[in-house]
Amino acid sequence: MTTVSPASAPARAQRPGRRPAGAPEPVQLSHLLFAAPALLFFTVFALLPLIGVVVLSFTTWNGIGAIEFTGLTSWKEALTRSSTWHGLWLVMLMIVATWLLQTPLSILLGTFLAGAQRYRNVLAILYFLPLLLSSAAIAITFKSLLDPNFGLASGLNIAWLAQNWLGDARLVWVVLLFIIAWQFIPFHTLIYQGAVRQIPASMYEAAQIDGASRARRFLSITLPQLKFTMITSSTLMVVGALTYFDIIFVLTQGGPGVATRILPLDMYLTGFRGNEMGVASCLAVMLVVIGLGLALGVQSLGGKDASASQMEGA
Amino acid sequence: MHTPNLSRRSLFGLSAGASAIALAGCGTAGPGAGGGGGDTATFWALSGQPNEGIYGDAVEAFNEQGEGTVEITFFQNDAYKQKIRTAIGAGEAPTIIYGWGGGGLRTYAEESQVDDLTGWLGENAAFRDGFVESVWGAATVDEKVYAVPLGSTQPIILFHNTKVLEDIGGAAPATWDELLDVVEKAKSAGVAPISLAGQSRWTSMMWLEYLLDRVGGPEVFARIAAGEPDAWLDPAVVTMGERVQELLEVKAFADGFESMAADSNTDQALLWSDKAALMLHGGWTFGSMKASGGDFVQSGRLGFSAFPTIEGGKGELGNLVGNPCNYLSISSSATDEAKEVARTYFLDGYMTQDVTSAIVESGAVPVVTGQDDALAASEDAEYLQWVYTSLQDAPAFTQSWDQALQPTVAETLLVTIEQLFLGQVTPEQFAETMNGTAA
Repeated sequence: MTTVSPASAPARAQRPGRRPAGAPEPVQLSHLLFAAPALLFFTVFALLPLIGVVVLSFTTWNGIGAIEFTGLTSWKEALTRSSTWHGLWLVMLMIVATWLLQTPLSILLGTFLAGAQRYRNVLAILYFLPLLLSSAAIAITFKSLLDPNFGLASGLNIAWLAQNWLGDARLVWVVLLFIIAWQFIPFHTLIYQGAVRQIPASMYEAAQIDGASRARRFLSITLPQLKFTMITSSTLMVVGALTYFDIIFVLTQGGPGVATRILPLDMYLTGFRGNEMGVASCLAVMLVVIGLGLALGVQSLGGKDASASQMEGA
Repeated sequence: MHTPNLSRRSLFGLSAGASAIALAGCGTAGPGAGGGGGDTATFWALSGQPNEGIYGDAVEAFNEQGEGTVEITFFQNDAYKQKIRTAIGAGEAPTIIYGWGGGGLRTYAEESQVDDLTGWLGENAAFRDGFVESVWGAATVDEKVYAVPLGSTQPIILFHNTKVLEDIGGAAPATWDELLDVVEKAKSAGVAPISLAGQSRWTSMMWLEYLLDRVGGPEVFARIAAGEPDAWLDPAVVTMGERVQELLEVKAFADGFESMAADSNTDQALLWSDKAALMLHGGWTFGSMKASGGDFVQSGRLGFSAFPTIEGGKGELGNLVGNPCNYLSISSSATDEAKEVARTYFLDGYMTQDVTSAIVESGAVPVVTGQDDALAASEDAEYLQWVYTSLQDAPAFTQSWDQALQPTVAETLLVTIEQLFLGQVTPEQFAETMNGTAA
């Protein structure tokens, strides 16, 4: 029963549980059925659009007229625009900066919150709050808070808060990184908190008996044990940074000038404001390729041996 | 087996963004479900008061007449601009398409997405003549009319705070030198000379529109809009940029203007809270300053005047820039029944007496003729009559650039304008960048 013909599918579906126990599992009809909904959604919402975008990248289309196949014209245009390379540079900067800012803080907070003390549970809930807000709402709120005349600065009467937050090419990055960190550190903290709680207490006890200091225990037990969690969290961060769009779109529209026009935003503006769907599709394909490459790269940092245990007795 | 799992997940995340584009593409192959079924015409309009209330009421009143049903849906401004284009591309447009005329309408017309109304307007000459003549220009593409005017005229006006001007010993500027004088006086008195929400870009564009008009006359932009070669390289464009630099050098705009956004109306708030002397803005801000500014408008602190002339420049004091009005077109992909309802709605329902009265009441000038009495009776008579007179006497009315130009060019324009106001590009670079987009 290694293959299943589509014709026999309904009949098989009505007779589950015929699989002999203990035997290595061949591909079964039930597996396919269970996978079907996910596969269907994945095909309709991920694969087909992806193919569509690849096709569109070889066309010239203004969004409402006829789609013309123009070979590599859009690609040439996309690759020779300075905005593309600028956007790519900015998105790389975004990836590195968000990772450097968020990872250490998330690990520390996660480790802290993994403690059993009750006040830490209360704090955990408070830290978690920003994650519940929509990005657009966060961006609009911060936009108001940062207004030079009627924002936080005049509300609290703190003069140094009245900076040109969104109008200065450097300050705007400080603002963006802060807001993104504020929004997403809770999420990564949660991942790390769970991971730290998985680390067997006996390891810490043994280390304590050996006289390891608190810092030593963190560095020699907690951090190594978090390796795979870091890879998961980093993958989400890297791919997330690559698709950052909503906050920047609402907060700065890529401005001041083009200071925050990262590639995904450039793709959107090129496609839906500039109505150059062909060029925008090229940018989209670039993003997919870069994202896959980065995800695989981060993934391979963990080593190929997925069976390597991190748990007790490793 | 971690690798396939993760790559699949990341692929999914990434393609979510990409899928938006592709779905727009897939849509063209789908059925053309444009417009409602039967005798229902769908109509997408912009949310936000007072327009939402006025047009909502008008549609309701029309539906009660039994000449068909119009189904109106409201969208937020920026969201609408992108949604409507995607919808038209996908053959999912509403029967009645709300728009701004100019370059956007031209792209619809060139792709035969909107109906040519020239013949129908010929049959309904009385309807056609009911509108102020100057507003038909932006509805016309290559001698054919593709839209009917809607709502109020919104020229851009130099507003000022009379109390602030009085305090600093200045007056509404009629010339460039007087403008610089007001800036100087405001600065030494510690108030912001000019309120500008620079982060929104189109706000800074309003300054350029008037500066270019006053320096080179309306012909310069007319040539640009017509797509004449090297029209952006006109020396007036560089002079315009130099005037901006001049304003930036003396710090004429409120501190932190690059961070101010027009969508929260903080630029208006600076003016009505007596913190700024001048503000160049669309006529539509009159209504919101009246609503939000306490007794600012009622106590007569809001002043208005034409944009100053520039010595040696060609533009006249009376020339206007701004939005002639909004426009409604009929989607070509709608059913014949729905189109018929839409046309009936144009004739009998959309710019009725009730609508024009409501527009006047909201503090705006409707684009229909014979409004003198209604405006004179309004509590904002002084302002409204001034706008109406300015409109009728204007030697030229240049449409807002981002609406007059093709969308692709408009997007580059807005970014380049922001860079000019940030001092990141020189006037020469501005002209060259823009000229590059026209090629």
